[in-house]
Amino acid sequence: MVPDHEILRRMVCTSGEMEIETEFVPRANYGEKIPQIRESGKLGLRIDGGRGVYWLRSSIPMRVVEGSAFARTSLCAGQSLLFSFSYARESPTVLPPLEQIPQRIDLCVDWWRQWAGQARYDGDFRDEVLRSALTLKLLSFTPSGAIIAAPTTSLPEHIGGSLNWDYRYCWLRDASLTVRALLELGYWEEATHFLDWMLHATHLTQPELRVLYTVFGNPAPREWESKTLRGYRGSAPVRIGNAARNQLQLDVYGEVVDAAAQYAFRGGTLDRETQKALIGFGNYVVNHWQLPDQGIWEPRIKPRHHTHSRLLCWTALDRLILLCDQGKLTGAPVNEYKRHCEAIRREIADRGWNERMQTYVSELDGDQLDSSLLLLSWYGFEKAGSSRMRSTYRAIRNQLGTQDGLLYRYPAQPQEGTFAICSFWEAEYLALGGGTMEETDRLMRTLLDRRNDLGLYGEEIEAGTGHALGNFPQAFTHVGLIGAALSLSQRQRGEQQLAHRPESATA
Amino acid sequence: MNWLSWIFSGLVATLALSTLLATSYGLGLTRMNIPYLLGTFVTPNRERARLYGFIAHVFNGWAFSILYVFIFQATHRANWRFGLLLGLAHGLFALTVGMSLLPSLHPRMASERNGPVAQRQLEPPGFMALNYGYQTPLSVFLSHAVFGAILGSLYRLA
Repeated sequence: MVPDHEILRRMVCTSGEMEIETEFVPRANYGEKIPQIRESGKLGLRIDGGRGVYWLRSSIPMRVVEGSAFARTSLCAGQSLLFSFSYARESPTVLPPLEQIPQRIDLCVDWWRQWAGQARYDGDFRDEVLRSALTLKLLSFTPSGAIIAAPTTSLPEHIGGSLNWDYRYCWLRDASLTVRALLELGYWEEATHFLDWMLHATHLTQPELRVLYTVFGNPAPREWESKTLRGYRGSAPVRIGNAARNQLQLDVYGEVVDAAAQYAFRGGTLDRETQKALIGFGNYVVNHWQLPDQGIWEPRIKPRHHTHSRLLCWTALDRLILLCDQGKLTGAPVNEYKRHCEAIRREIADRGWNERMQTYVSELDGDQLDSSLLLLSWYGFEKAGSSRMRSTYRAIRNQLGTQDGLLYRYPAQPQEGTFAICSFWEAEYLALGGGTMEETDRLMRTLLDRRNDLGLYGEEIEAGTGHALGNFPQAFTHVGLIGAALSLSQRQRGEQQLAHRPESATA
Repeated sequence: MNWLSWIFSGLVATLALSTLLATSYGLGLTRMNIPYLLGTFVTPNRERARLYGFIAHVFNGWAFSILYVFIFQATHRANWRFGLLLGLAHGLFALTVGMSLLPSLHPRMASERNGPVAQRQLEPPGFMALNYGYQTPLSVFLSHAVFGAILGSLYRLA
């Protein structure tokens, strides 16, 4: 018998003697409510909260004082403390004996070792790639297959500033890069579950897609600001929910279609319902690609014509055409897709390119740079080694790069940290043929130096100090690490990087 | 005694009881999952426990309804008001005596005095099953009252 949800902790004194002080200070409703802790004899401490019940059990007695519990003890070498914190919505709750904790922790560790052992990757930076894969797995919600962006809200992108967002949701934007990472590492089950979740979650709104969903496939909650939480190092407000839920971001269509296409190109079968959904997305793109949108970085300003959004609209149609050509998708209006695909391509090539600056630009007919333009090669729109991409890369590095090798996503006011995944996109761009293998390797090592002691990344990295900024740990950054390592490894082996674009991705 | 009437009214009342308890659980009035609670008498497997427990609960309720029928026959009264009163008394008995005896009867239930051990890991219900949610008594009273009322109104005295 096992509880529905349980966190186990074992504290071991390995040498000498240690004073241990334990504090349990649970707070509900984002700190607004102090829950009542009830002592239930040898069963432990219980808290009734919402529709469920929480249990804290420990191998030392804890003293309850006004919604908190405390314990103080000393441990000698070889002694240990055991804690179990569980939650259940169904009674009777299962309360396994504390003595079983060491054995259960061992079982858990064995399971994770076995899971990590399934990774099909022997290239450079294997440990770092595995750490990132484990992070993705830990950010996934097994019952549905969803993967959240990060498990935190409102860790600031600028210390003391207001760039604080709630990332505890699933962004469809991450789909394509995530599925590629999982499939290439051999985690088919996780990739399939993620795709299933994506198509299931979007079912009610298809062919329209929302930007983000909860792990249960519901729309993300309305955004509100906490009045009781001061924020990390005074970075207020702390936001709950995410207002991006109402934005139009056309790039998500390309991400979702490309994720499904990668699955199909690697041997997966698209069932009738999935095919129908994909065609719906394609038709939506055909009818809406000319609209302005909020784009990949979801700024809370008026919609604009983002080059990156056009790129992903092109990607959506391009992949659908390829799927039809290969007989993996039937019933799509291919000729119409081809017509619009070509129109989008022309528009990006003409209006997404700034002749004076000799670079692709963030918005059509604009003059601003954006690191997401490095993805033009990743999606197979333009070869990484083409003169346009090389020139775009030089401009991005010059304007958005820092001296310590990192990249900002765009010229930002107020100033924020460098954007970690953009640096991995840069590494991947180099690996795809925009640079040499040595350059890629050098950049990867620079970026790996910015991990914390557990091998984890936040969303951003503060230039100079290297401190993590933004929500933590960030799935997107770890997806970027895996992607860059995969592309480098594929290049070292002389393999094609992106199987679905044989003619255009690599240099 | 009218056996046919007992079989029919007992079955309908039991199904109504099960439905009401399941609805209370689904609506969050109580965390108590009676099929799971009963099923764990015979198996630690969560899914199987729910199935076995549901079957046990239906047969249990059916069998238990014979006590109501005996009382109806003995008093020569069978109507929904009397049945409802019996149901409330039944609910009170189940919540007080039944729940306090449960940790002793259930082979997998722990107690506050001894804490969980390898064979006994389930949380005990506590006084009036309040450990399973503070509205649990309400759902138990309501469902047993309906159980009794249905029996009282459907049963035909011999």
